[in-house]
Amino acid sequence: MRVQAPFGRRRGAVTGVDDVGAYRVVHVADLDGPQPWPGQFYMLATVEGWGAGEDERPFVPRALSFLGAGNGQLSFMFEDVGPGTRRLGALRAGDELWLTGPLGDGFELSLDGRRAVLAGGGVGIPPLSAWASILAAHGVDTTVLLGFRDAVHAAGVTVFGGGGGEVSEGGDAALGDGAARGSGAAPHIGAGSGAAVVSIATDDGSVGHHGLVTELLGSSLDADDHAVVYACGPPAMLEAVRALCAARRVPAQLALEAGMACGFGACFGCVVALRDGSYARVCVDGPVLDAARLDAVPAH
Amino acid sequence: MSPVDFCGLVLEHPIVNGSGTFDAIAARRTFGDALLHAFPFSAFVSKTITLLPRAGNPPPRLWEAQAGLINSIGLPNRGLAGYLEHDLPQLAALPVPLITNVMGSTAGEVAELVEALDARDEVAAIELNVSCPNVKTGLDIGADPVSLAALIRALRPLTSKPLIVKLTPNTADVAVVAAAAEAEGADAVSLINTLRATAFAPGSGGRPWLGGVTGGLSGPAIRTVALAQVAAVARRITLPIVGMGGVTHGTHARDLLAAGATLVAVGTESFRDPAAGTRISRELKSLQIAESASSNIDVYQAQVEVDANSADAG
Repeated sequence: MRVQAPFGRRRGAVTGVDDVGAYRVVHVADLDGPQPWPGQFYMLATVEGWGAGEDERPFVPRALSFLGAGNGQLSFMFEDVGPGTRRLGALRAGDELWLTGPLGDGFELSLDGRRAVLAGGGVGIPPLSAWASILAAHGVDTTVLLGFRDAVHAAGVTVFGGGGGEVSEGGDAALGDGAARGSGAAPHIGAGSGAAVVSIATDDGSVGHHGLVTELLGSSLDADDHAVVYACGPPAMLEAVRALCAARRVPAQLALEAGMACGFGACFGCVVALRDGSYARVCVDGPVLDAARLDAVPAH
Repeated sequence: MSPVDFCGLVLEHPIVNGSGTFDAIAARRTFGDALLHAFPFSAFVSKTITLLPRAGNPPPRLWEAQAGLINSIGLPNRGLAGYLEHDLPQLAALPVPLITNVMGSTAGEVAELVEALDARDEVAAIELNVSCPNVKTGLDIGADPVSLAALIRALRPLTSKPLIVKLTPNTADVAVVAAAAEAEGADAVSLINTLRATAFAPGSGGRPWLGGVTGGLSGPAIRTVALAQVAAVARRITLPIVGMGGVTHGTHARDLLAAGATLVAVGTESFRDPAAGTRISRELKSLQIAESASSNIDVYQAQVEVDANSADAG
């Protein structure tokens, strides 16, 4: 599913910044932009100081899935992992961004009576959170399984389904039980007939299940494998999800990440090898791809 | 801005795209018909087409450098038959003339490409990518004036369409290569292609990052190299020149035109700003109007001074 972007980049002012655990959420005014579809992304660069960082980088814009969109505003969530996210993390209200998007193909609503399982973690939260909102609006009951390094990162779950930055009433105690029902702070899920049940895994066991999110996914599919899995997360996690779903013949849609220069198919730099031996451009052929098209999710 | 004559093509402004830096078909999927209504270039240069399909290099294909980008894409394309069947009808729908870029590993391959494109009315001109090794010498054909001369000699009789030679900067003397292209009947040259470059994977102790090991550096980092090479070629030959390398603003386009280029290509900047071509052509036009106005004032003032001196003398 794809929403076309206005041609060219546009300026947007930062309207607010939140810290959510290890992550930064930046809200940007985008009054005239279209409503994007979950899984789509934007190319972002700051208007000032892009290129002035470590090693005179960043130079090309950075690709980020949106976390929330509506009321003339977009939200993005990221962690400081390099010169691009460092510069984006220094944004303050009133600073300006260049935005191009929405770009690429997002998730497909192709359940055919199957239940929806959202699996991922880390900085893969934004497209899953945005997707959970759409599924809820469609009255789809959703199982959400998220993995994190530790409690500081797991705090990122509080944005889930809320469009950014709000701390859930349930808090970490409920999440610590390993399964928390989306509460009033996540109005797009759990309301009406589309309910979401969220479970957390952490590498250090500080929140939820002590272990990998794929262990939660395995248990969930053991209980009921009549499901479609929607996944986004670090490459190793995504590959583990892909392999697990492939072994159980459960259809999966993977939101991939790749280093990109342009985001609209111009540079051919962001390719991923497909099962048929060809390469797909993650930006225009994805970023959401049917897992069956891949032999493996590449390590970078 | 007045139209530009380039090898008999009348173009609305001097800004085109560098080959392989803008996929008009993918861009139309992304931006819709708005792309056609505000097409950023006055002619569209296709990515390099080869006789047979190519998958391109294994990833990673990109490295962000200081004020630039190293790419190791490896010329992925559908091959000639796929281009003619799938790409050409879509590119012919663009509102500007189409220049098709081709490369072959032998003169016979390039000849087959040129003959096939010569037969298509949708193709306004042909650009030769000569950054390809000569199988006998191992040198890039475009780095060796003798190999290049032989190639152009073989191709020239095969087409009456304008033949543009895309020169590589990875050679000892680009002006000598340009002179060889001119002597054998090329209609224009374009330069510079990317500068060969590499990068090591972070913390790897020297393992190449790029799947293709080496790649080509583009972006503002190479702008001054482009200016020097365009100026050197312009001093040596009289053919029209498409100048490119690190153009991000109208001032850079103006400088390449001042160095002797007829057209200016935008490449990497389109990655950062999909409509960069439109912006740069607008900036260039403003600069040209301002400079022409100020030079008229200079002429006027010089005349006033002459008149004043004459009056004094009288």
